[in-house]
Formats: sequence, structure tokens, C-alpha cells
Amino acid sequence: MIRYLVRRAALAVVMLFGLICMTFVIANVAPSDPAALAAGPDAGRAQIEAARREYGLDRPLHEQFLRYVGDLARGDFGRSVATGRPVGQDLARYFFATLELCLVAMTLGILLGIPLGVLSAVYRDRWVDHGTRILAVSGIALPPFWFGLLLQLGIASSLGWLPTSGRLSVFTEPAAPVTGLLLVDSLLRGNGALFGEAMSYLILPAIVLSLPCLASILRVNRSEMVEALRADHITAARAHGVARWRIVTVHALKNAMLPTLAIIGLRWGWMMSSTVLVETVFDWPGIGLYAVSSAISGDFKPVMGVTLIVGLNFMIANLVVDLLYGALDPRIREA
Amino acid sequence: MTLLSIDDYRLAFDGFEGTAHVLDGITLDVARGETLGIVGETGCGKSVLARSLLRLNPAPPARVVSGTIRFEGENILAMPDAALRRLRGRRIAMVFQDPAAFLNPLLNIGTQMADVLHGQDSAGDAPRRSAREAHARSATLLASVGLPEPERLLDARPHQLSGGMRQRVLIAMALAGEPTLLVADEPTTALDVTVQAQILALIAALVAQRGLTLMLISHDLGVIAASCARVAAMYAGTVVEDAPTATLLATPRHPYTQGLLAALPDLDNPAHRPRGIPGSIPSLRNPPPGCRFHPRCAIATARCGVEKPALRALAPAHTVACHHA
Ligand SMILES: Nc1ncnc2c1ncn2[C@@H]1O[C@H](COP(=O)(O)OP(=O)(O)O)[C@@H](O)[C@H]1O
Ligand code: SF4
Ligand SMILES: [Mg+2]
Repeated sequence: MIRYLVRRAALAVVMLFGLICMTFVIANVAPSDPAALAAGPDAGRAQIEAARREYGLDRPLHEQFLRYVGDLARGDFGRSVATGRPVGQDLARYFFATLELCLVAMTLGILLGIPLGVLSAVYRDRWVDHGTRILAVSGIALPPFWFGLLLQLGIASSLGWLPTSGRLSVFTEPAAPVTGLLLVDSLLRGNGALFGEAMSYLILPAIVLSLPCLASILRVNRSEMVEALRADHITAARAHGVARWRIVTVHALKNAMLPTLAIIGLRWGWMMSSTVLVETVFDWPGIGLYAVSSAISGDFKPVMGVTLIVGLNFMIANLVVDLLYGALDPRIREA
Repeated sequence: MTLLSIDDYRLAFDGFEGTAHVLDGITLDVARGETLGIVGETGCGKSVLARSLLRLNPAPPARVVSGTIRFEGENILAMPDAALRRLRGRRIAMVFQDPAAFLNPLLNIGTQMADVLHGQDSAGDAPRRSAREAHARSATLLASVGLPEPERLLDARPHQLSGGMRQRVLIAMALAGEPTLLVADEPTTALDVTVQAQILALIAALVAQRGLTLMLISHDLGVIAASCARVAAMYAGTVVEDAPTATLLATPRHPYTQGLLAALPDLDNPAHRPRGIPGSIPSLRNPPPGCRFHPRCAIATARCGVEKPALRALAPAHTVACHHA
């Protein structure tokens, strides 16, 4: 197990280095000139050159790279031109909004996807299976922004049941952050009304974000369950008289969970990088919206910061999946 | 007294490329306490027959075309679910071919055995035994199949055991419900030669100790000759000959059984080269009419291609399905 852990962690370090290189390269091939941006729109040639020297942009690339890595190591992502704040501070604020959205969306995806996948496999080619197939196809085929707009129009605007944008009403004072997750913080402070309000803002974007994820968890879990239920050891368990629910929910599901976990990890990585559309449609103040508004003004430090966070999240998700794989399957652990 | 009585049992598998008529009118009786071997080439339907006894063939695609399978008088094919659950493991138990595939790789042995015990408790409307009772009973069962350190084994996963140990575990699971009939489907085929003999000896010992009725399935007549008092030979989904082992070995009457015997190596006479039966088993989707063996039979006549031979008695305990035997 220790060797397995060390191997996976070493791989993660290599990937992290690759990621840092990539954001650096992207920033350097991007068509905008960071020095001109930093010097401001009215700056003359001399001022731009001064800014270039000040930010070290006149140094050779490898020196710039070392500085970039050094800054990152100190948690310094540079400064956002638009907000005027250090990118690190902005990220810390917006990240938790995105994290909360993704956590709820993923919880929905898992809590619905796995049971529906299991049911579809057990009742293969019956109505449950056909129903979930329609759900899964629409989840994959519906463009999220379109689905989001549809929900906004239907449930929020016409029926007036739910708010359409933001994270809380502008008049509501959020609880002082403990975790940065509004749902958790409001509960920690025993503020039920705040919890309800936060949930009413969160639920629509979370549904939109979770649908494609729910669809792929459901489909993967279904096909893995179908496969798992065909295994010889399932025949043996039935022959020995093991209870049917136990065969489905433990003997088969445990085998089906390995590939399902992989797709959950992958989807978690994707989800955080695909919040951009949903956050834009619902005006959700997360890192996706932050990245988009920065990119529009050619402000590259925030984009690099968000890219790093999203990439880091991908890696962590992979690592966690690897560890869970090892925990579930002793054959992997000992290999 | 008849324990199991299979009568004109036909089973088909419906598929996209057509229907496979896998079992074609099986007729077979097994008396309580008997040891019956079923021999036949791979693909002749032995496993499908064995699974039929516990209704384990997935339906669809499996479809019963005709016949009955009576166990202690009850027709298994018509059993309601609750009765079927009391049947599985508690009246008829099964041991399988490849113990690596037939044990769950992700659950430890103790969990798998406890699940068997608890499943049988609930099927029999018995109070669910406690985890400790299940643990103790599992350890006793493992010890009874000759496994050392059963307590430690309960915490092991299947991949940590050798093939022979895994097969012993599966046998222990089969014994958990104290069944009357033990069906062993090629229990030694996937094992090393040295281990094969040990497993066969174990099965023989358990049968003797517990007064089990045994149905031992193998493609290897040698395995059956060593363990069973009676043999039924199967060809392409039908029983072609049924006789006491000694009779069948000495005077096989069906051309297919004679071929099986000729294919055995003769230890007393090394000069004798074993001869296989020419040809291969027919397509079950499009089986030959009449006697299914006729395309490979040296003494086939025109009648054989038209009329399916019924099982008929040659001697009191010796039946054969052949027009010219
Ligand atoms: N679930 C199934 N679906 C379709 N065909 C099957 C199924 N199980 C077995 N068969 C077919 O039944 C035939 C007999 O198989 P089997 O009983 O496993 O033979 P064996 O005598 O080697 O044990 C084979 O042709 C096999 O393809
Ligand atoms: S019935 Fe005819 S074809 Fe079939 S085994 Fe007998 S002789 Fe051969
Ligand atoms: Mg078989």
C-alpha cells in the first residue's frame, strides 16, 4: 500500500510540474502584452518599457519561469488588473462559491446516478431502463446554457419559484465565513433561513451542472452493473442462496463501483472546469465567471490562476480515485 | 427412492442468430444416496443441465421448451420464488468449475460465507444468526473441508489463496445449508493435477460422511470412473447411455460412449494410442435431425438421420439411446 501511495503521489508531482509549465507557456504565447496591460491604456512606450522591467518581463524566459514558480510557491498568483486585488485573494473568494456549486451538483449526480444505474441494470429493458435512458441521453445532449436558460424561464421567471441569478439576495448579509461554503456556514451558525435562501439560489445551477454528470454516472454504472451481474461469482452466490438484495447492492455493486468511481473522478475534474457556462448563465460568483470576465479584458494572471486551480483539482480528483481504487480492490493495492 | 427425476427436459437459448436447442429431451433419475457422473464433450450442455437444477440459467435468453425436473416430488421448473430460495443451497448445492471466477474477488471469505448463511436463514424464515454465530459456523465449515487456520482464512480475499484452497472454500459454502444433493460441475478441471486428486478425495469423503447424493459432472471419464457408481453419457443435449460405471467401462453400447472410451489412454497397454472421435459436436442452433450423433457415427443408417432414438433398457440398470446398439 505504501509503495502504491508513493507511486501515485510521485505521478501527481510530475503532473503538477507539467501543469505549471503549461500555464506559463500559454501566458507567453497569448496575443496580449501583459506589460502594456499593466501600464494602463494611456501609457506611452516608455511607461510600458518601465512596466516590462518592473515585472521582469524583459528577462530571459527561463528566469521568468523560475520567478513564476517561486511566486507560486509563496502563494503569489500575481495581481488582477480588473479588481486590483492579488489574484490569490480573488481566487480564495470565488473558489468556494464554485466548490459549493460543484459539491451539490456532484452529490446530486452520485445520489441519483448510482441507484438509477443499479435499477436500470436489474430491470434491464423494462420501463425503468427506458426511462433512465431518456434521462441520460438528454443529460448528454442538452447544452447546459440552453437547459439553464430554459429552467430560468420556466421555474424561475414564469413561476417565480426560485431566483435566477447570484448566490444570495443583494440585501442578505452572508454569515461570516467559516468554511466559505454558504450552506455549511449557515448550518454551523444555526441560521435556517439563510440556509434556505442559499439553497434556493444554488439549486437550479446545481441541477444544470449535475445533469451531464448524472447522465454519465448512470450509464457507466448501469453497464458495469449489467456486466457485474453476469459474473460467475454472482451465479455462485445465487446458487448458495445469498439474498437477492445483498447480491445486487454488495456483491455486484462493489465490482461495478470501480469503473464508476473512475468516471466520478473524471467528471469532478470536468465539472469544475465546465462551471464557466453555468456560472455565466446564473451569474454565479465563482472562478468560472471570474475567469471569463478576466479573459474578456485580456487580464491573464487571473486566467492562469484559475487554470492552475482547475488543473490542481483534476489531479487531486485523480489521486483520490486511485486511492479509493486501492482501498476497494486489494489486488491493485498489492500489485 | 428417487430423489431427482428429470423428464423430457428441453431448454433453448433464444439469440439474435437464432435459437440454440441446447438440451434436447433429457431424461434422468437419481436415487437418494447415489453417486452419478455425467460425462460428455465440452459444449454438450452439462453445465446448462446442472444450472437448471437451481434455475440459474438466465431467462431470457433461456427458455424451457418442455419437461419437468422433480426434486423430492416438487417440480423445480414451476417453483414459486420463496420455495426456490429454500431450494438453493439448502436442498441442492453446487460446486463450480473455476474457483477463482466463482468467488467474489472484492469480498473476503468471511463476508461471502456469512452472506450465504444469512441468505439461507432468511429463505428458511429462521432468525438471522448473529455475526459471531455466522463467523463460528463459517470457521467450522472451513475446517470440515480440511482447511488449516480457518479463522485467519475468513479474513483473506480469494486471490490470496491457492486454487485448491479456493475450491475447498467453495465446497464449504456448498455445505453451509446441509444440502441433500451436491452438484459438482467440473470441480477439478481448473486445478493442478496434484490438487485434482485431493479435491476428488475430499468430495468422496464428504459424500460418505454426510450421506450426500452426488452428481459429478466432467468431460473426463477418468475423473468420473474414480468417484461415481453410475454414469450417464451426454451427447449434444441428450443422454445417450446410462449405466453402472463398471458396466459402462466394460461394455459400452452406444457408439459415442465407445468412442469416449477409445479416447482414454490405456495405462496397461502403452502401445494403445488413444483415438478421439472424428468430427466435432454439431451446431445446436441447427442440430442434425434424427439422432444428433449420426453425422459422426460409423454405423449410422438411413433411419438414424430421420428418427430420434429413445432411451431404452438393455438390462435393468443399463439404458441406451441408439437404434442399433
Ligand atoms: N446463457 C447462455 N446463453 C446462450 N447460450 C448458452 C448460455 N449458456 C450456455 N449456452 C450454450 O449452451 C451450450 C452448452 O454449454 P455448457 O452447458 O456450458 O456445456 P458444457 O457441457 O461444456 O458444460 C453451449 O453451446 C453454450 O454456448
Ligand atoms: S442411433 Fe444411429 S446414428 Fe445414433 S448412435 Fe445409434 S447408430 Fe449411431
Ligand atoms: Mg461446463
